[in-house]
Amino acid sequence: MIFSAARVFVPIVMALAVGGLILLALGKDPFAYYEYVVGRGLLSWSGFQQTVIRAAPLLLIASGLIIAFRAGIWNLGVDGQFLLAAVASAALAPVLILALPSWLTIIICCGVSIAVAMAWSVVPAFLKTRYGLNEIITTLMMTFLGISLANVLVKLPLNDPDNTVPQTMTLPVPDRLGRLFDTTIHSGIIISLIAVLAVHFVMTRTAFGLKLQIVGANPRAAKHAGLNVGRLTFATFAISAGLAGLGGAVEILGVWGTMRADWNPAYGLLVIPLVFLARFHGIAVIGFTLLFAILMIGGESASRRMGVPNFYVLVLVALLLIFLALVEYLDHLSRQRKKA
Amino acid sequence: MTSVAGQTPAVSLHGITKRFPGVLANDDISLDIHAGEVHVLLGENGAGKSTLIGILAGMQQPDAGHIEIDSARVKIHSPRESLRLRIGTVFQHVLLVHSLTVIENLMLGDSWWRIHDRKAALAHFGQISELLGVDIKPDVPIGRLSLGQQQQVEIIRALWHGGKVLVLDEPTSMLTPQGVEELGAVMRRLAGQGVAIVFVTHKLREAYAFGDRISVLRQGKLVGDIARDRLGAMDENQATNEIIRLMFKGVVEEAQSPDVEIFLREGQQGHWSGSFDSSGPAAITLECVSTRAELGECALHDIGFSVMPGEVFGIAGVDGNGQKHLAEVLAGQRPVHSGRVKLRGALTAEAGVPARRLLGVRYITDERLGEGTVGDHSVATNLVIKEIGAPPFWLCGVTLWKRIFRHAREVITAHDVRTPSEHTPLARLSGGNIQKVLLAREISADASVIVFNKPTYGLDLHNTRLARERIVKAAQSGIATIVISNELDELLELSHRIGVMFAGEMSDIVDNHAGAEAEIGRLMTGAKAA
Repeated sequence: MIFSAARVFVPIVMALAVGGLILLALGKDPFAYYEYVVGRGLLSWSGFQQTVIRAAPLLLIASGLIIAFRAGIWNLGVDGQFLLAAVASAALAPVLILALPSWLTIIICCGVSIAVAMAWSVVPAFLKTRYGLNEIITTLMMTFLGISLANVLVKLPLNDPDNTVPQTMTLPVPDRLGRLFDTTIHSGIIISLIAVLAVHFVMTRTAFGLKLQIVGANPRAAKHAGLNVGRLTFATFAISAGLAGLGGAVEILGVWGTMRADWNPAYGLLVIPLVFLARFHGIAVIGFTLLFAILMIGGESASRRMGVPNFYVLVLVALLLIFLALVEYLDHLSRQRKKA
Repeated sequence: MTSVAGQTPAVSLHGITKRFPGVLANDDISLDIHAGEVHVLLGENGAGKSTLIGILAGMQQPDAGHIEIDSARVKIHSPRESLRLRIGTVFQHVLLVHSLTVIENLMLGDSWWRIHDRKAALAHFGQISELLGVDIKPDVPIGRLSLGQQQQVEIIRALWHGGKVLVLDEPTSMLTPQGVEELGAVMRRLAGQGVAIVFVTHKLREAYAFGDRISVLRQGKLVGDIARDRLGAMDENQATNEIIRLMFKGVVEEAQSPDVEIFLREGQQGHWSGSFDSSGPAAITLECVSTRAELGECALHDIGFSVMPGEVFGIAGVDGNGQKHLAEVLAGQRPVHSGRVKLRGALTAEAGVPARRLLGVRYITDERLGEGTVGDHSVATNLVIKEIGAPPFWLCGVTLWKRIFRHAREVITAHDVRTPSEHTPLARLSGGNIQKVLLAREISADASVIVFNKPTYGLDLHNTRLARERIVKAAQSGIATIVISNELDELLELSHRIGVMFAGEMSDIVDNHAGAEAEIGRLMTGAKAA
């Protein structure tokens, strides 16, 4: 996969330019806004740490999406998988910590979260392999169910009676994921970077990854070549959901320590366009995710400080997608013209 | 009735040029089509015939040039416009609604706001059937008709709005030998009524048998015409020599090239007769094999045959009579519902593709891009697609790309695959080169049974020859070779024995001796063996 710099940077510059025009129309100074966002999200020490912390769950979800999308499986249910896994960790950790050391608690919680997320993907996988039901619809529906189920669990059986807001019991700060050196950054970012690199390696350099790619590119050819398409589909769903679930565990064990009712950051829906921007490429997605995390953290501050709504970050992402598609299309046209 | 040369042509094409990415499909083609004549467009696959009739049918627009009808310049911007200009086209594959009856299919194109006038439609149907000399019941669902009859319905539909020009694109590819003769008679009758017929084919014999005038296309160019009076004055030999001269002039030394040979042999039954040892055990045996079909497929019923090492076993039949299921059962891609498959005496009915491959079974599918390969992936990847995870290209599940690419470079050289590099996405290659990749992947020293499904479909003469040579070579090296084809000539040339498929059954197995063609043709229509 060749990534020419122009094909990435031209759309970014164009998106920032058009986004600037929108800011002007809103009566804001675009330069001040961008300066503030970059200053808060990247250049200030506390902002940078927050950016890296935010990137951890995003990267884990992204790695899960890359596996699925490369295999031609549109797992759009990562948010449900993420939330249920988060509930599992939030419910287990404060209980386990009473009896077990914190490292073991964290490992068990991550394992259970992964298993819960995987279990949530079994239904769409089964419906797809057995009846050919489109997973876009089934995974989305499972996400709605998952969000509701997570809320019910937090509000009813797992509710911490000592707290006035409905939320689970809290894992004490010292028992959470370890900090890196003297920073506030928790080690989840290491886990997520390893996950992205591992996914990249598996997809590009192993037999399993190539099989998934063949299934994704041409399922009939996969059958012709004797691949077990059904089993590969289940495996893809499980790995994809498992990574999203690990993201949920990391976010709870590293940042929050508890899960509040109605908490749904909807990271999955935010990451999907980034994965497309990176064209399912493992290394490229790291760059896009960090960029997006900067925008998110900086944008959150800017919305308080400058009155630019937080959603403006999504406008930027949308513009980026549009211009990326446009550049791609023009590139395709010019190549065709050259050939003819 | 019949027009004389020099009279105004019914349709004339002037300087038609059509470009596709990377290929000049039609290069400045000018043609006159006359009323009352069967005008043959002859050329090998890829010569630009389909593009030209696509333009006549309004499916495509030329990049340059124009079309005149009765000396008036027209623009055929849509299929509807083509019909309005009374140009009817019958495409290679039948395009009818199977669940509707004959007359319902014919009434499909009517205006939506008009109440269907069944009576008038039936009367019109009667007139055209009489004109064609065919007898089809108007209230039978299309699905119950034979392919030959379905094609006749297509011809009726093409003439429905008043036939001025009838275009037939490779109409004989779906027909039995008898069906081809009937079609010839229908064309003669229509020409006699003053219809201009454009008959597209890549077969020399049909061109001479049916044509009043022959135009030869090569690589997008019109390389020559044989006019009506000239063709009339020639005997078959002279015509053949003239066509060969036009088709190959400047390309190869005339009539000496093996490619010319292929073209000539089409229908001449120059038959390869290698011998094989029939005393030993069979390489593969099928006993009472049946399959289950999904909607629109043809299942197998009670198929049984065996093939010896070194034998070429041909499977004939009109498309859609169970050949696809049979090929997939042999390859292990489709489960057998009942019956047994034995490889060298061992039962393998349950074994899937990987297990069959280990036993030496190879399958060269007719859907080269549909299932045989992954078009977006590189030539190198496609060469190893059936061995993913196995040594020497994988070690403990890790891909050794360097070895895969080296292997690909070797194959590319050894089999003369024309590709910019081993990294090129396979779909960018031409049909002939994709087939070379498939053949290289499937035919190896450890093969014991190879199934070829339509091995030369859509290939030009050169690649057709190469593919057939590889089939013969495979058989000579002692591989049991099964060739499925709807080109009867090909089977007669290659096979020792030929099994004929009809409606999912193997009606009979015929030894390939002189006179086998007539018997096979009869069996293809479903007649049982005498």
